Amino acid sequence: MANKLEVVGLNAWFGSNQALKDINLIIPDGAVTAIIGPSGCGKSTFIRCLNRMHEVVPGARVSGQVLLDGANIYGPGIDPVQVRAKVGMVFQRPNPFPTMSIFDNAAAGLRLNGVRQSRSSLAKVVERSLRQAALWDEVKDSLHASGVSISGGQQQRLCIARALAVEPEVILMDEPCSALDPIATTKIEALIYELKQKYTIVIVTHSMQQAARVSDFTAFMYLGRLVEFGPTDKLFTTPEKKETEDYITGRFG
Amino acid sequence: MEARQHTDRHYDAELKDLHMKILEMGGFVEKQIANAIRALVNRDDDVARTTIDADHTVNRMDVDIDDLCIRLLALRQPAAKDLRLITTALKITTDLERIGDMAVNLCERTLELNQEPLLKPLIDIPRMAEVAQAMLRESLDSFVREDVELALKVCRDDDFIDQLNGQLFRELSSFMVERPQTIGRAIRLLFVAKYIERIADHATNIAEMVIYMVKGKSIRHMNHVPPSI
Repeated sequence: MANKLEVVGLNAWFGSNQALKDINLIIPDGAVTAIIGPSGCGKSTFIRCLNRMHEVVPGARVSGQVLLDGANIYGPGIDPVQVRAKVGMVFQRPNPFPTMSIFDNAAAGLRLNGVRQSRSSLAKVVERSLRQAALWDEVKDSLHASGVSISGGQQQRLCIARALAVEPEVILMDEPCSALDPIATTKIEALIYELKQKYTIVIVTHSMQQAARVSDFTAFMYLGRLVEFGPTDKLFTTPEKKETEDYITGRFG
Repeated sequence: MEARQHTDRHYDAELKDLHMKILEMGGFVEKQIANAIRALVNRDDDVARTTIDADHTVNRMDVDIDDLCIRLLALRQPAAKDLRLITTALKITTDLERIGDMAVNLCERTLELNQEPLLKPLIDIPRMAEVAQAMLRESLDSFVREDVELALKVCRDDDFIDQLNGQLFRELSSFMVERPQTIGRAIRLLFVAKYIERIADHATNIAEMVIYMVKGKSIRHMNHVPPSI
């Protein structure tokens, strides 16, 4: 399995508070990597460093390297907007643009990236993305309804479609199911399984069962450090580190 | 052994309960085997019968432990060490239940053997039984103490049992060849040896599962017991 992302000596700060401490990690291509750990361990900060979202917070900074296909996304002359087009993100709460229709939400990334195209080619991209997000059949007759008129689970899939429309290579998901019911969660999880055929996925989750279900690799973080990384089945049956063992068996705090 | 407690204390109590139930069942099965061997050696019909009657207790314990394991799997979604403890418990309880059945079989053969005069003084069979009982005890001790070295010793001792069994087979075969009227008794004694050999096999299974539980590594179905894990 090739390396999609390689994180080398990554540190991140909020002001004087160091949130990530010397993270070294390889994220394999075409697989799902889950990041688990207690609140405040730095897992969200970590994935936000993978598409240069961390630095948009005032006072935040980053040191170290994140290599996407071997090229440092923090290198000189790299445009963060271009990085974010390649490394898309889906957030905890479904956040479709409330004033836009379902169609326009799915097309938003393309329009914001200034990609000029005809209405018909845009429609093709929207349909493709909505199909990939397993939402097309449910919304194809109401594409011009508001993006927030659909259920929470559908809204989250719409956000995934929006991320997919710009044809990213990596999709970051920050607790994508924490605001969803179990059925909507199952749909997203099934979708993740489909998407990994084409994309590299990094998912932050508070649910260890979800990490166990959807991911091929799992990273356990604690207090800003990467404690353990390995194949998910190995990490959940025979973890190497005691901190991992304590966390996944519920012996914490 | 448990370095720290679960954040959810009820979960801790349930796992402790599982541990206790396995030990309780192990202790009971040990007693069943000891009684079965005593009945055999002393030609004691009463002890044989009460041992057979007590087997339902072993079966009940088996079902109880299975239920508890299934409940824990369903409700707690255990991981890592806890998961290995529960899956190990499911397997150990099956082995213990089978050992309990062996005690019953031993007693049934004893009742039959007691109908006729002793074929020959029992020397190798009690020796074999002693080793098999020690293996069972040590496999359970290795479970309690999470002692991989002791579990490995149990696996190694199985070879000795197999040797004794082969020796008995040759000896009893020659009895049967020389004096066909001994065939009935000799075959029953062969069965007895076989049952004891099976007990040792089940003890070995338990020891192998303990190694898996502690180390997360399977040494089952290897041709040779590894010197260390």
